Amino acid sequence: DQVLHIVPETFQQVQHLQLLHSILLLDLWKPLMPEDITAGEDLHIRVPAPLVHEVKESLDQHMISYRVLIPDVQELVDQSMPRERSSHKQVQEGYVYTQYHPMEEIYEWMTQIQNNYSELVTQHFLGMTFENRPMYYLQISQPSNKPKKIIWMDCGIHAREWISPAFCQWFVKEILQNYKSDPKIRGFLQNLDLYVLPVLNIDGYMYSWKTDRLWRKNRSPYTNGTCYGVDLNRNFNSSWGSIGVSFDCSSDVFCGSEPESEPETRAVAQFIRRKKSDIACFLTIHSYGQLILTPYGSTTEPPRNNEELMQVGKKAAAALRGKYGTIYKVGPSSLILYNNSGSSRDWAHMIGIPLSYTFELRDNGTYGFLLPADQIQPTCEETM
Amino acid sequence: DIKDVGHKYYLELELEDVLDKDSTVNCTAEVLYHLGNKNIAPDVQFTLEGELKSTEEADHVFYTRIRSLEKELVAENIPDSHGHVPPELEPLHLLAWVASGYLVWQNSTENTQLQLAQIKHVKQVKRSDEYLQFDYVVLLHEMVSQEIIPWEMTVLWHPRDGVQVTWNSRQPGHTSG
Repeated sequence: DQVLHIVPETFQQVQHLQLLHSILLLDLWKPLMPEDITAGEDLHIRVPAPLVHEVKESLDQHMISYRVLIPDVQELVDQSMPRERSSHKQVQEGYVYTQYHPMEEIYEWMTQIQNNYSELVTQHFLGMTFENRPMYYLQISQPSNKPKKIIWMDCGIHAREWISPAFCQWFVKEILQNYKSDPKIRGFLQNLDLYVLPVLNIDGYMYSWKTDRLWRKNRSPYTNGTCYGVDLNRNFNSSWGSIGVSFDCSSDVFCGSEPESEPETRAVAQFIRRKKSDIACFLTIHSYGQLILTPYGSTTEPPRNNEELMQVGKKAAAALRGKYGTIYKVGPSSLILYNNSGSSRDWAHMIGIPLSYTFELRDNGTYGFLLPADQIQPTCEETM
Repeated sequence: DIKDVGHKYYLELELEDVLDKDSTVNCTAEVLYHLGNKNIAPDVQFTLEGELKSTEEADHVFYTRIRSLEKELVAENIPDSHGHVPPELEPLHLLAWVASGYLVWQNSTENTQLQLAQIKHVKQVKRSDEYLQFDYVVLLHEMVSQEIIPWEMTVLWHPRDGVQVTWNSRQPGHTSG
C-alpha cells in the first residue's frame, strides 16, 4: 500500500480525484472528506497495493502530478509496533526463543529449521495423535560414513509444562547456530546423532493454549466421551498400572486402558523399539521440580548400571549449577520424587537403553507450570 | 517415629525473602504428622534465628491504595498463561500465596505436596470495618496425584494484624472434560 501526496491544480483535477476516490474506495488521509478536496490544497491518499499501478496511470493520463509520501505502509506499521505474533514471521531471524509458542508456530518453525540447516537437519514423521495431528521429530546429523549412536530427547509429554517444548526449541537453535563456531558441538556430532521431538503431546499442548492452561494429559475420550485424557507418562509398558497411577479417567495420572493404549505413546514406543540398539541416551523433559531423575519410579530396586547413571547425572547437575547456581537434585524417581509406573524413562531403560533420564526443569513451585517467559533463557542456558 | 502418636520431623530451613533474594533468615522447625485421622493438620513449631524485614511502608502503600479504590477490584488468572503478573497486582499475588500457605498447612499429610499453581479469580469485598477483604478462587497443585484442586477462600488483611483466612472451601475437581 502506498500513500500519495497530490496538490490538484484545477477544478477538473479535483473532480477527477473525487471520482477516483468514490469508484476505487480509496482511503483519504487528508482531508477527511472528499468534498473538502480543494485546488491548491494538500491531498494525502492511501492506495491499496493492487490498485497502485492503475491509480498512477490514471493520474498520469489526467496530468495530475503526485509524489509518493509513504512507499510501504505495512513496513511503517511493523516498525512502529512490538513484534506481533504473526504466522508470516521470518523464522530464522525473527523466531523469538524467549517466548512461548503455540503449536501452529512450532510446526512452522520445524519446517524453517529444516530449510535453513538442510545439511544437518531432517524432519521425520513419527505418527499421528488422537486428534489426527502429525508428530514430527528433527534429526540433527552430520553426514558421515560411519554408523553413529543416537541421543533421543522428547519434550512436552505433559501439556502444561510449557518450559519443556521451549527448551527443545532452544536446544535445537543452540546446536545449529553454534555448529560452525563451536568445536565441541562439531566434535560430538561426529559420533552422535541427535533426535529431538519438540512436542510429544500435541493435542494436550494445544488444549492448554486454547482452553485449560493447567491440562496435563492427552485428549482421548473415555467413559463414553464423558471424560478425557490419559497421562502419557503412565502409559508405557514399564510395570504398567502397578503404582502411582489411577484407573479412573478423571484422574490426572490415569494410565489408560492398557500399556501403549494411546497413539502418541505407540508412535514413540514403536520408533524407539526399532532403533533401540543404536540409542545411547534417552532424555525426556518435564517441569517443574529441578530434578534429574534416574530409573525407576515403580520400585526402589536400583537399575543394574545405577552407579553410571548417578555419576553422569551428578556431572550434569554440577554443570547446570555452574551457570546460575540453580540446584538440581539427582536420583531415582522412587526415592526423590514419588512412585509411578508406566513412565517413558523407565520403559526406555528396561528395553536396554543404558542412560535414561527425566529432567524436571525450573522452578521449585514459585511459579510452577506458569514459569514466566523471562526465565526461558536462563533455564535453557543452564540446561544446555 | 513416635509410637501411637505420629511421625515427627526436625527441619533446618533457610528462608529467602521473595522480594530480595539476598536476604535470608535461618529457621528451625518441628512438624508432627498425626497418626490415623487425616483431617487434623500437622502440628508445627518453629523458631526464627533472626528477624524478618519490616514491610511497613509497602503495607501502608498497598492498604491506602485499595481503600481508596472506587470500584471493587476484580482480577483473574494470576499469573497469566505466560507466567506474567502485572506489577500492580503483585501484592494480591503475594497475599494469595501466604493465604494458600494456610490451606496447604491445614490439608497436608506425609503423602502430599501442595503448591499454589494460580489465582483463578479474585474479588475485593469492601467492608465497613478497617479490614481489607478479598474473595479468592485459587488452584492448588498436588504433586503426587498431579491434581489441580480449585479452592475458594476469604482472606482478611490489615497492616497491623496481617493475614487471616476466615473461610475456605475445597471445590470439586478441575474437570477432566
